[in-house]
Amino acid sequence: MMLKIYRLSLVCLAFLFPAALGAQVTSERLLHAADEPQNWLTYSGTYMSQRYSPLKQIDAANVKNLELKWAFQAQSLQKFETTPLVVDGIMYLTQSPNDVIALDAKTGRVFWVYHYAVSPDSRPCCGIVNRGVAILGDTLFMATVDAHLVAIDAKNGHAIWNNKLADAAAGYAATLAPLVVKDKVIVGVAGGEYGIRGFIAAYEAHSGKEAWRFNTVPPPGEPGHDTWKGDDWKHGSAAVWLTGSYDPDLNLTYWGTGNPGPDWNPGQRPGDNLYSDCVLAIDPDTGKLKWYFQFTPNDPYDYDSVQIPVLADMDWNGSNRKLMLWGNRNGFFYVLDRTTGKFLNGAPFVKVNWASGLDAHGRPIPTPQPAGKPTFPGIQGGTNWYSPSFSPRTGLFYLSTWENYSTVFTGVDVDYREGLRYTGGANAAPIPGADNPVGQRSGPVNTYTEALGRGAVVALDPHTGKRKWTFDMHDVNVSGILTTASDLLFSGGREGYFQALDARTGSLLWKVNLGGEIIAGPISYQVDGKQYVSVASGNGLFVFAPRDAN
Amino acid sequence: MLVSGKLLNQYRPKAPLKLRITSAVVLLVSLTWAIGGRSQDRAVAYAPADIRYGAQIYAAQCAACHGANGTQIGGVDLGGGQLRRASSDQDLRGVLANGIPGTAMPPFRFDPSEVTAIVAYIRNMRNFDTHAGNMGDANRGRAWFEGAGGCINCHRVNGKGPRIAPDLSEIGALRSADFLQRTLLDPNGMMLPMNRSVRAVTKDGKVINGRRLNEDTYSVQLIDEQEHLVSLDKAALRKYTVLTTSTMPSYKDKMSDQETADLIAYLLTLKGLR
Repeated sequence: MMLKIYRLSLVCLAFLFPAALGAQVTSERLLHAADEPQNWLTYSGTYMSQRYSPLKQIDAANVKNLELKWAFQAQSLQKFETTPLVVDGIMYLTQSPNDVIALDAKTGRVFWVYHYAVSPDSRPCCGIVNRGVAILGDTLFMATVDAHLVAIDAKNGHAIWNNKLADAAAGYAATLAPLVVKDKVIVGVAGGEYGIRGFIAAYEAHSGKEAWRFNTVPPPGEPGHDTWKGDDWKHGSAAVWLTGSYDPDLNLTYWGTGNPGPDWNPGQRPGDNLYSDCVLAIDPDTGKLKWYFQFTPNDPYDYDSVQIPVLADMDWNGSNRKLMLWGNRNGFFYVLDRTTGKFLNGAPFVKVNWASGLDAHGRPIPTPQPAGKPTFPGIQGGTNWYSPSFSPRTGLFYLSTWENYSTVFTGVDVDYREGLRYTGGANAAPIPGADNPVGQRSGPVNTYTEALGRGAVVALDPHTGKRKWTFDMHDVNVSGILTTASDLLFSGGREGYFQALDARTGSLLWKVNLGGEIIAGPISYQVDGKQYVSVASGNGLFVFAPRDAN
Repeated sequence: MLVSGKLLNQYRPKAPLKLRITSAVVLLVSLTWAIGGRSQDRAVAYAPADIRYGAQIYAAQCAACHGANGTQIGGVDLGGGQLRRASSDQDLRGVLANGIPGTAMPPFRFDPSEVTAIVAYIRNMRNFDTHAGNMGDANRGRAWFEGAGGCINCHRVNGKGPRIAPDLSEIGALRSADFLQRTLLDPNGMMLPMNRSVRAVTKDGKVINGRRLNEDTYSVQLIDEQEHLVSLDKAALRKYTVLTTSTMPSYKDKMSDQETADLIAYLLTLKGLR
């Protein structure tokens, strides 16, 4: 009780004197990030990763009055996938390759820029991107595309320590925003197209010393190793390229893992290929695996399961239960018990033909398509890594989807060579000559069109997995989603529109053309009593707030 | 061959089945299409038109160093798949684009149709008969394009012709020889969805026909029959239809093999302004 009052008074203080307070971001504050709705303290908002803002100043009645307050232009033409943090009026964001910028969240004016010199050995598969920083105390943490982890002084933008995670020349990279739990900074590595061997590792925040490392492809003698044959495990990939979630009551972090290597040639790596395409429940103090759930065993389709693990406490068959909600790239929506990893429910949320369904344990029943025939969903999945959202008010799970979308996969044997791609085959659009929909197009002309698939924002009822509503888009949808306590839903997409929908009905309330692909997830924050919504589009970050009364 | 010893012993039934099907298809395809030699992508089929085009480019650009047989540089056997820096076709494309620093292999600025052709030829140079096939005569092809073929009545090339159909001034850089050939035979199947004709009826009954240039959730951009650039708000339309058939006729059985080869040879010379 005492603690609660103390926390409440802190919140009041933060509202009154945001700049003056300048308090450090303690691990205690991170635990209770939901009590500081004016701030955005972690990649997904809170440890629950719902990308839900308790702010409600912007609502259905005034959202049409949103106006641009400021914009930040990234000094890069790479994809802009950053989710900023906002801490007591200061915004911290990243731009490609690995710059960190601190700016005034009210005006966009810059305090400092930290530039990290990326090794020329770096070779991230799919864009030189970074998705954001983590904070603890007065220190920011950034994972880099040459597979380092850097600690940066949040006040002056100078590096404090710099740790090598893995060898960039062998295809290792890091693109995710780290997850800070207690006194540790936890990250994973990308590189699933280079036959890396994935891992999740924790580092002491103050020193950078490695505290533990969990190999996402188990070596001989460890549980799960028998799901590989021979030496296949050595290049088994299972990369980790999105930020995990954390349940402090269970003291478990949750991480999604990527495809096994080589991507499209399952015949070359017989077995379930653990822990590829899994969610892993890992003790943040020890790195020990508590449980795992595999979505796509022996994956032939590059169905990375790196989606943000969305945690929700809600009624399930009459009792309040700790759940995990997951819209997977493989086209199925899952509900898991996050205490045990038990599969509770699952259903396809887009057209799926690679599996006829899930068995009682959630394992897919494969129905591989004949050679040359399209597989639904295609290589980019029914959804991908872009953040979904869960609103505790509506009880709905929201995600960006690719509708009626397929790929023709061809698996071919490939020899592993360090630093070269290890994908094992090809993937093609089902229409000759059409852009291969690998998701790299970001120009303003939709050469993709309805014939190859289209996008949507979809609201799912977690209890049934069925759609409550669908907001259809013409182009495919690669945007993250934000919901608010005023039942608004903000999202973007490849078309470059930033739009506000009614979270209960899916009807369009407001839109603005920002002119560049929106891949990142929107956030909301408050400074000096005014609520802002921000999103990265093209190469700019755009920040909106209601028009002033006079 | 496609199935390695390791694969035959796998215990999951799914993959062998897939491989068996793949093998069957590959066998079928190989009757008409060439299958690459020793490469990562050895299940990939390469089109004869691309291989022929690739042979031409190879002779002009590559043979001086690599030799006609691809074996002139020590330790490298292009036709035999013995490459120092590339295993897959994707690697090969990378080497063509970037060269190999520190060696005599320079970066080349080939356009996409040329890269497709060179890769197709390299993967098949061992069994390529230089006298097989017919690259055609570009001058005769141009005459046919502008005369008997009537292509110029809809397509525009280097400022000549209408804008109703796609401008072909750069088509030889963008599309492979094989793609062009297949488009002549099956325009409906090969037409890119982006080039589809659209028909819009405004709320006050005005009908607008045109070729789609771009489209999003709320609007569509097109060039109409009078060659006006038009942007329409979908919410202001009574009806909006995207036609899935091409206005281009099929030339299947309407052109001799020689005319087809000539026309493709001409189209491949259309590289835009350089």
